[in-house]
Amino acid sequence: MIQLVSFYIFASIVIASAAMVIFARNPVHSVLWLIVAFFNAAGLMILIGAEFIAMLLVIVYVGAVAVLFLFVVMMLDIDFAELRAGFVKNVPLGLLLAVVLAAELVLGIGAYQAGAVTLGTPEAGAATVSAAVPNIEAIGGLLYSKYVFMFETAGLILLVAMVGAIVLTHRKSHGTRGQSISSQVQRRPEEATRNVNQPVGQGIEL
Amino acid sequence: MIGIEHYLVVSSILFVMGVLGIFLNRKNVIIILMAIELILLAVNINLVAFSVFLGDLTGQIFAMFVLTVAAGEAAIGLAILVIYFRGRGTIAVDDVNRMKG
Repeated sequence: MIQLVSFYIFASIVIASAAMVIFARNPVHSVLWLIVAFFNAAGLMILIGAEFIAMLLVIVYVGAVAVLFLFVVMMLDIDFAELRAGFVKNVPLGLLLAVVLAAELVLGIGAYQAGAVTLGTPEAGAATVSAAVPNIEAIGGLLYSKYVFMFETAGLILLVAMVGAIVLTHRKSHGTRGQSISSQVQRRPEEATRNVNQPVGQGIEL
Repeated sequence: MIGIEHYLVVSSILFVMGVLGIFLNRKNVIIILMAIELILLAVNINLVAFSVFLGDLTGQIFAMFVLTVAAGEAAIGLAILVIYFRGRGTIAVDDVNRMKG
């Protein structure tokens, strides 16, 4: 009973806040509703025992992605009223498309519920869930053994994203004098200094 | 009891919300990026639900990878948005024709 009640609470809040994300007038409010949606989706995942993904959702999405969105929305000086100009014009087509898509998905789920589709059972192996092993431990064991190369590729993707974001947004500042490492390293004593046999009493030439 | 159908319905509604958001806010690229995040969240809920109800952890591993790619996509997308705003002074994307593609 408690599972059903909490499922409906989480699910309804997820869907309501998703609607608020796309209908809110102010994009800052959209980001905040997105955070609510992520928290409640994490609740949905905890409900079926996927704690690690739920925590990851809270940490990565709320802690990093949503804050990045908030940062960009607040940093850029944008006339949001002007951007909403075509909103009403797009509503009929958008709603039509959404209704068609939703009908298709409901049809698919209904067909699945009718029992025509048989889902395969997973073969017994490393990926099988056992009640004795906690979720995080099982995911860690699988991630660092069977999927270790994909895990490293994910790290590479994050590295590329980081380098790409820095390269795209970095601005050369013209007011400051930067350090030219290569010319510093290439400098030799012969071209920087000279030995002069200075006669006494004639002054020095600089 | 909660079955996989409950989760499928939630995630499909969330997916449709994301698609609707892209259509309604055709000008505002920030909302479009958020709608893409919603779509990816729907995909993640689907993956996790199937993973749990089938008793196979692979779905949760893949949900993690989807999360990684979504984070990278948000970072790159917002970086492109920032330099686009610097160049044009607006983020209206319905008439982007800089590259004449």
